Amino acid sequence: MEVFIDKTNQRKQLSFEGTAKQLLRKLSINSEEVIIVKNDQITTLDAKVSDEDTIKILSVISGG
Amino acid sequence: MKCEFCQKTAIAENPARCQTCFNKYVEETVKHTIKKYNLIEEGERVCVAASGGKDSITILHLLHSFGYNVEALAVDEGIHVYRDDTIRFLTKFCKERNIPLRVISYKDEIGKRLEDMVPKNKPACNMCGTFRRHILNKYSKEYEKIATGHNLDDESQAVLMNIVNAQTNLFARQGPKTRDVDGFTQKIKPLYFLKEKEIMTYAYTKQFAVGFTECPFSRESFRANLRDVFNLEESKNPGTKHNVVQKYLSMRQSSLGDNPETLKDINKCAVCGFPCNGETCKACQYKKKVANTTIKQTG
Repeated sequence: MEVFIDKTNQRKQLSFEGTAKQLLRKLSINSEEVIIVKNDQITTLDAKVSDEDTIKILSVISGG
Repeated sequence: MKCEFCQKTAIAENPARCQTCFNKYVEETVKHTIKKYNLIEEGERVCVAASGGKDSITILHLLHSFGYNVEALAVDEGIHVYRDDTIRFLTKFCKERNIPLRVISYKDEIGKRLEDMVPKNKPACNMCGTFRRHILNKYSKEYEKIATGHNLDDESQAVLMNIVNAQTNLFARQGPKTRDVDGFTQKIKPLYFLKEKEIMTYAYTKQFAVGFTECPFSRESFRANLRDVFNLEESKNPGTKHNVVQKYLSMRQSSLGDNPETLKDINKCAVCGFPCNGETCKACQYKKKVANTTIKQTG
Protein backbone atom coordinates (compact mmCIF):
# COMPACT_ATOMS: atom_id res chain seq x y z
CA MET A 1 0.00 0.00 0.00
CA GLU A 2 1.24 3.46 -0.86
CA VAL A 3 0.35 6.08 1.73
CA PHE A 4 0.85 9.83 1.31
CA ILE A 5 0.52 12.08 4.37
CA ASP A 6 0.27 15.68 3.19
CA LYS A 7 0.91 17.38 6.54
CA THR A 8 4.39 15.90 6.80
CA ASN A 9 4.81 15.48 3.03
CA GLN A 10 5.68 11.81 3.59
CA ARG A 11 5.20 8.89 1.23
CA LYS A 12 5.26 5.43 2.80
CA GLN A 13 5.06 1.88 1.52
CA LEU A 14 3.14 -0.23 4.04
CA SER A 15 1.80 -3.71 4.16
CA PHE A 16 -1.62 -3.34 5.76
CA GLU A 17 -5.04 -4.98 5.70
CA GLY A 18 -7.85 -3.51 7.76
CA THR A 19 -10.10 -0.47 7.98
CA ALA A 20 -9.15 3.13 7.36
CA LYS A 21 -9.71 3.80 11.05
CA GLN A 22 -7.22 1.07 11.99
CA LEU A 23 -4.70 2.50 9.52
CA LEU A 24 -4.98 5.93 11.15
CA ARG A 25 -4.55 4.37 14.58
CA LYS A 26 -1.40 2.58 13.35
CA LEU A 27 -0.06 5.92 12.09
CA SER A 28 -1.12 7.74 15.32
CA ILE A 29 -3.33 10.16 13.41
CA ASN A 30 -6.58 11.51 14.86
CA SER A 31 -9.43 10.81 12.44
CA GLU A 32 -10.97 14.22 13.17
CA GLU A 33 -7.91 16.00 11.74
CA VAL A 34 -7.84 14.37 8.31
CA ILE A 35 -9.84 13.11 5.40
CA ILE A 36 -8.90 9.79 3.82
CA VAL A 37 -8.76 9.46 0.07
CA LYS A 38 -8.65 5.89 -1.22
CA ASN A 39 -7.81 5.55 -4.91
CA ASP A 40 -8.87 9.19 -5.47
CA GLN A 41 -12.25 8.81 -3.68
CA ILE A 42 -12.99 10.17 -0.20
CA THR A 43 -13.83 7.29 2.04
CA THR A 44 -15.26 6.68 5.50
CA LEU A 45 -13.42 5.26 8.49
CA ASP A 46 -15.03 1.82 8.22
CA ALA A 47 -13.82 1.32 4.61
CA LYS A 48 -11.52 -1.65 4.01
CA VAL A 49 -8.04 -0.75 2.82
CA SER A 50 -5.44 -3.17 1.53
CA ASP A 51 -2.05 -3.43 -0.13
CA GLU A 52 -3.46 -2.73 -3.61
CA ASP A 53 -4.79 0.69 -2.56
CA THR A 54 -3.25 4.13 -2.85
CA ILE A 55 -4.16 6.16 0.21
CA LYS A 56 -3.86 9.91 0.73
CA ILE A 57 -4.27 11.30 4.24
CA LEU A 58 -5.08 14.99 3.88
CA SER A 59 -4.94 17.41 6.79
CA VAL A 60 -8.10 19.43 7.38
CA ILE A 61 -6.23 21.91 9.57
CA SER A 62 -4.89 25.04 7.95
CA GLY A 63 -1.21 25.67 8.41
CA GLY A 64 -1.48 29.31 9.44
CA MET B 1 -20.86 2.48 4.83
CA LYS B 2 -24.01 3.48 2.94
CA CYS B 3 -25.65 6.91 2.79
CA GLU B 4 -28.53 7.01 5.28
CA PHE B 5 -30.61 9.00 2.80
CA CYS B 6 -30.09 7.29 -0.56
CA GLN B 7 -28.01 4.13 0.12
CA LYS B 8 -25.12 5.15 -2.19
CA THR B 9 -21.54 4.77 -0.90
CA ALA B 10 -20.94 7.27 1.91
CA ILE B 11 -18.06 9.77 2.01
CA ALA B 12 -18.86 11.15 5.49
CA GLU B 13 -20.04 9.84 8.85
CA ASN B 14 -22.42 11.05 11.58
CA PRO B 15 -24.75 10.77 9.78
CA ALA B 16 -23.52 8.73 6.81
CA ARG B 17 -23.91 10.68 3.57
CA CYS B 18 -22.89 10.13 -0.04
CA GLN B 19 -21.23 12.95 -1.95
CA THR B 20 -24.48 14.38 -3.32
CA CYS B 21 -26.30 14.28 0.03
CA PHE B 22 -23.24 15.55 1.90
CA ASN B 23 -22.77 18.56 -0.39
CA LYS B 24 -26.47 19.33 -0.11
CA TYR B 25 -26.15 19.22 3.70
CA VAL B 26 -23.22 21.72 3.60
CA GLU B 27 -25.09 24.08 1.30
CA GLU B 28 -28.32 23.88 3.32
CA THR B 29 -26.43 24.44 6.60
CA VAL B 30 -24.88 27.64 5.25
CA LYS B 31 -28.22 28.84 3.83
CA HIS B 32 -29.89 28.15 7.17
CA THR B 33 -27.16 30.04 9.11
CA ILE B 34 -27.50 33.06 6.81
CA LYS B 35 -31.28 33.07 7.22
CA LYS B 36 -31.51 32.33 10.95
CA TYR B 37 -28.96 34.97 11.97
CA ASN B 38 -29.88 37.43 9.23
CA LEU B 39 -26.27 37.54 8.05
CA ILE B 40 -26.96 39.16 4.68
CA GLU B 41 -29.87 41.44 3.85
CA GLU B 42 -31.24 42.00 0.39
CA GLY B 43 -29.05 44.18 -1.83
CA GLU B 44 -26.06 44.16 0.51
CA ARG B 45 -22.55 43.93 -0.87
CA VAL B 46 -20.41 41.35 0.88
CA CYS B 47 -16.65 41.38 1.00
CA VAL B 48 -15.14 37.94 1.56
CA ALA B 49 -11.87 37.95 3.47
CA ALA B 50 -10.10 35.45 1.25
CA SER B 51 -6.77 33.75 1.76
CA GLY B 52 -7.24 31.16 -0.98
CA GLY B 53 -7.49 28.35 1.58
CA LYS B 54 -10.38 25.89 1.70
CA ASP B 55 -12.59 27.94 4.05
CA SER B 56 -12.56 31.23 2.17
CA ILE B 57 -12.79 29.56 -1.24
CA THR B 58 -15.81 27.58 -0.01
CA ILE B 59 -17.51 30.77 1.25
CA LEU B 60 -16.81 32.57 -2.02
CA HIS B 61 -18.19 29.65 -4.00
CA LEU B 62 -21.32 29.26 -1.87
CA LEU B 63 -22.25 32.96 -1.58
CA HIS B 64 -21.61 33.46 -5.29
CA SER B 65 -23.67 30.40 -6.24
CA PHE B 66 -26.51 31.54 -3.94
CA GLY B 67 -26.62 34.77 -5.95
CA TYR B 68 -25.19 37.20 -3.39
CA ASN B 69 -23.18 40.22 -4.48
CA VAL B 70 -19.70 39.15 -3.38
CA GLU B 71 -16.20 40.43 -3.89
CA ALA B 72 -12.94 39.05 -2.53
CA LEU B 73 -10.32 40.85 -0.49
CA ALA B 74 -6.99 39.17 0.16
CA VAL B 75 -4.05 40.18 2.29
CA ASP B 76 -0.58 39.27 1.06
CA GLU B 77 1.63 39.24 4.15
CA GLY B 78 4.74 38.63 2.10
CA ILE B 79 5.52 35.04 3.07
CA HIS B 80 7.34 33.32 0.24
CA VAL B 81 5.75 30.03 -0.99
CA TYR B 82 3.17 29.82 1.85
CA ARG B 83 1.01 32.72 0.67
CA ASP B 84 2.11 32.73 -2.98
CA ASP B 85 0.38 29.39 -3.68
CA THR B 86 -2.97 30.27 -2.11
CA ILE B 87 -3.14 33.71 -3.74
CA ARG B 88 -2.35 32.16 -7.11
CA PHE B 89 -5.23 29.70 -6.64
CA LEU B 90 -7.56 32.46 -5.39
CA THR B 91 -6.75 34.68 -8.39
CA LYS B 92 -7.54 31.85 -10.82
CA PHE B 93 -10.72 30.93 -8.92
CA CYS B 94 -12.05 34.52 -8.96
CA LYS B 95 -11.11 35.09 -12.60
CA GLU B 96 -13.01 31.98 -13.72
CA ARG B 97 -16.16 33.19 -11.93
CA ASN B 98 -15.83 36.91 -12.61
CA ILE B 99 -15.61 37.66 -8.88
CA PRO B 100 -13.75 40.96 -8.31
CA LEU B 101 -10.59 40.40 -6.25
CA ARG B 102 -8.41 42.95 -4.52
CA VAL B 103 -5.04 41.96 -3.02
CA ILE B 104 -3.48 44.30 -0.46
CA SER B 105 0.10 43.63 0.54
CA TYR B 106 1.92 44.37 3.80
CA LYS B 107 4.68 45.79 1.59
CA ASP B 108 2.36 48.50 0.28
CA GLU B 109 0.34 49.02 3.45
CA ILE B 110 2.88 48.64 6.26
CA GLY B 111 6.00 49.34 4.21
CA LYS B 112 7.56 45.88 4.64
CA ARG B 113 6.89 42.23 3.96
CA LEU B 114 6.35 40.08 7.05
CA GLU B 115 9.62 38.33 6.20
CA ASP B 116 11.38 41.69 6.64
CA MET B 117 9.75 42.36 10.02
CA VAL B 118 10.24 39.07 11.87
CA PRO B 119 13.05 36.49 11.76
CA LYS B 120 11.89 33.13 10.36
CA ASN B 121 10.90 30.58 12.99
CA LYS B 122 9.93 33.36 15.41
CA PRO B 123 6.19 33.49 16.17
CA ALA B 124 4.43 36.44 14.56
CA CYS B 125 0.76 35.56 14.95
CA ASN B 126 -0.24 38.44 17.25
CA MET B 127 1.30 41.18 15.13
CA CYS B 128 0.36 39.57 11.83
CA GLY B 129 -3.24 39.06 12.95
CA THR B 130 -3.47 42.69 14.05
CA PHE B 131 -2.17 43.98 10.70
CA ARG B 132 -4.45 41.59 8.81
CA ARG B 133 -7.61 42.68 10.70
CA HIS B 134 -6.61 46.33 10.29
CA ILE B 135 -6.21 45.98 6.51
CA LEU B 136 -9.41 43.95 6.09
CA ASN B 137 -11.38 46.54 8.01
CA LYS B 138 -9.81 49.46 6.14
CA TYR B 139 -10.54 48.03 2.69
CA SER B 140 -13.99 46.64 3.46
CA LYS B 141 -15.50 49.98 4.45
CA GLU B 142 -17.48 50.28 1.23
CA TYR B 143 -19.26 46.96 1.93
CA GLU B 144 -22.11 46.27 4.33
CA LYS B 145 -20.60 43.01 5.60
CA ILE B 146 -17.30 41.19 5.63
CA ALA B 147 -17.51 37.38 5.57
CA THR B 148 -14.76 35.35 7.23
CA GLY B 149 -13.96 31.65 7.15
CA HIS B 150 -14.49 31.00 10.87
CA ASN B 151 -15.95 27.55 11.38
CA LEU B 152 -17.26 25.37 14.22
CA ASP B 153 -13.73 24.36 15.24
CA ASP B 154 -12.57 27.99 15.47
CA GLU B 155 -15.62 29.03 17.46
CA SER B 156 -15.60 26.13 19.93
CA GLN B 157 -11.90 26.77 20.58
CA ALA B 158 -12.55 30.49 21.07
CA VAL B 159 -15.35 29.82 23.58
CA LEU B 160 -13.08 27.65 25.69
CA MET B 161 -10.11 30.03 25.36
CA ASN B 162 -12.19 32.92 26.65
CA ILE B 163 -13.40 30.85 29.61
CA VAL B 164 -9.92 29.58 30.50
CA ASN B 165 -8.50 33.11 30.19
CA ALA B 166 -11.42 34.50 32.25
CA GLN B 167 -12.25 36.81 29.33
CA THR B 168 -15.96 36.11 29.18
CA ASN B 169 -16.47 39.79 28.27
CA LEU B 170 -15.17 38.76 24.83
CA PHE B 171 -18.22 36.50 24.37
CA ALA B 172 -20.05 39.46 22.87
CA ARG B 173 -17.47 39.55 20.05
CA GLN B 174 -18.21 35.97 19.01
CA GLY B 175 -21.25 34.47 17.33
CA PRO B 176 -22.29 34.11 13.68
CA LYS B 177 -22.52 37.91 13.32
CA THR B 178 -20.44 40.39 15.29
CA ARG B 179 -21.70 43.58 16.86
CA ASP B 180 -22.34 46.69 14.83
CA VAL B 181 -19.50 48.89 16.04
CA ASP B 182 -18.85 52.39 14.66
CA GLY B 183 -15.82 52.24 12.37
CA PHE B 184 -15.84 48.47 11.87
CA THR B 185 -17.40 46.57 8.99
CA GLN B 186 -19.81 44.04 10.50
CA LYS B 187 -18.32 40.56 10.38
CA ILE B 188 -20.36 37.50 9.39
CA LYS B 189 -19.42 33.81 9.61
CA PRO B 190 -21.47 31.72 7.15
CA LEU B 191 -19.50 28.51 7.97
CA TYR B 192 -20.23 28.89 11.70
CA PHE B 193 -21.96 25.51 12.13
CA LEU B 194 -19.66 23.45 9.89
CA LYS B 195 -16.68 21.53 11.17
CA GLU B 196 -13.28 22.02 9.57
CA LYS B 197 -13.37 18.38 8.44
CA GLU B 198 -16.74 18.93 6.74
CA ILE B 199 -15.45 22.01 4.91
CA MET B 200 -12.36 20.11 3.77
CA THR B 201 -14.53 17.24 2.53
CA TYR B 202 -16.74 19.66 0.58
CA ALA B 203 -13.71 21.53 -0.79
CA TYR B 204 -12.11 18.27 -1.93
CA THR B 205 -15.23 17.16 -3.79
CA LYS B 206 -15.36 20.55 -5.52
CA GLN B 207 -11.60 20.46 -6.22
CA PHE B 208 -11.04 23.62 -4.14
CA ALA B 209 -8.58 22.10 -1.71
CA VAL B 210 -5.07 23.40 -1.97
CA GLY B 211 -2.27 21.29 -0.49
CA PHE B 212 -1.17 21.66 3.12
CA THR B 213 1.47 24.32 3.64
CA GLU B 214 2.54 25.60 7.02
CA CYS B 215 3.24 29.24 7.77
CA PRO B 216 6.92 29.48 8.80
CA PHE B 217 5.96 32.06 11.43
CA SER B 218 3.27 30.00 13.17
CA ARG B 219 3.97 28.25 16.43
CA GLU B 220 2.17 25.71 18.56
CA SER B 221 -0.10 27.85 20.65
CA PHE B 222 -2.70 27.60 23.37
CA ARG B 223 -5.33 27.45 20.63
CA ALA B 224 -3.51 24.57 18.93
CA ASN B 225 -3.50 22.64 22.20
CA LEU B 226 -7.24 23.20 22.62
CA ARG B 227 -7.76 22.10 19.02
CA ASP B 228 -6.07 18.79 19.80
CA VAL B 229 -8.22 18.31 22.91
CA PHE B 230 -11.42 19.07 20.98
CA ASN B 231 -10.47 16.78 18.10
CA LEU B 232 -9.73 13.91 20.44
CA GLU B 233 -13.04 14.41 22.22
CA GLU B 234 -14.97 14.84 18.95
CA SER B 235 -13.56 11.58 17.57
CA LYS B 236 -14.78 9.77 20.71
CA ASN B 237 -18.02 11.71 21.17
CA PRO B 238 -19.24 13.15 17.85
CA GLY B 239 -21.16 16.38 18.40
CA THR B 240 -18.88 17.79 21.13
CA LYS B 241 -17.90 20.92 19.18
CA HIS B 242 -21.48 21.59 18.21
CA ASN B 243 -22.65 21.22 21.81
CA VAL B 244 -20.07 23.71 23.09
CA VAL B 245 -21.07 26.31 20.52
CA GLN B 246 -24.80 25.77 21.13
CA LYS B 247 -24.29 26.20 24.91
CA TYR B 248 -22.34 29.39 24.24
CA LEU B 249 -25.10 30.73 21.99
CA SER B 250 -27.70 30.02 24.72
CA MET B 251 -25.55 31.84 27.30
CA ARG B 252 -25.03 34.73 24.93
CA GLN B 253 -28.74 34.99 24.27
CA SER B 254 -29.62 34.97 27.96
CA SER B 255 -26.93 37.47 28.97
CA LEU B 256 -26.97 39.83 26.00
CA GLY B 257 -30.50 39.47 24.65
CA ASP B 258 -31.62 39.56 21.06
CA ASN B 259 -29.61 42.51 19.93
CA PRO B 260 -26.13 42.62 21.42
CA GLU B 261 -24.70 43.95 18.20
CA THR B 262 -24.50 47.65 18.88
CA LEU B 263 -21.58 49.59 20.26
CA LYS B 264 -21.25 53.27 19.42
CA ASP B 265 -19.05 56.22 20.39
CA ILE B 266 -15.85 54.34 21.13
CA ASN B 267 -12.32 55.82 21.05
CA LYS B 268 -10.62 56.59 17.77
CA CYS B 269 -6.92 55.98 17.14
CA ALA B 270 -4.98 59.26 17.13
CA VAL B 271 -2.90 58.08 14.16
CA CYS B 272 -5.29 56.30 11.78
CA GLY B 273 -8.72 57.13 13.22
CA PHE B 274 -9.78 53.49 13.59
CA PRO B 275 -11.75 52.40 16.66
CA CYS B 276 -9.55 51.36 19.58
CA ASN B 277 -9.42 51.15 23.35
CA GLY B 278 -6.46 53.43 24.05
CA GLU B 279 -4.90 56.48 22.36
CA THR B 280 -3.49 54.59 19.39
CA CYS B 281 -4.62 51.30 17.95
CA LYS B 282 -2.53 48.15 18.16
CA ALA B 283 -1.79 48.19 14.39
CA CYS B 284 -0.28 51.68 14.59
CA GLN B 285 1.76 50.65 17.63
CA TYR B 286 3.16 47.63 15.78
CA LYS B 287 3.75 49.72 12.65
CA LYS B 288 5.88 52.14 14.63
CA LYS B 289 7.77 49.27 16.24
CA VAL B 290 8.69 47.56 12.97
CA ALA B 291 9.48 50.78 11.06
CA ASN B 292 13.08 50.81 12.16
CA THR B 293 13.78 47.09 12.39
CA THR B 294 16.02 45.41 9.86
CA ILE B 295 15.79 41.65 9.63
CA LYS B 296 18.32 39.45 7.92
CA GLN B 297 16.75 36.04 7.33
CA THR B 298 18.90 32.98 7.70
CA GLY B 299 18.35 29.51 6.30
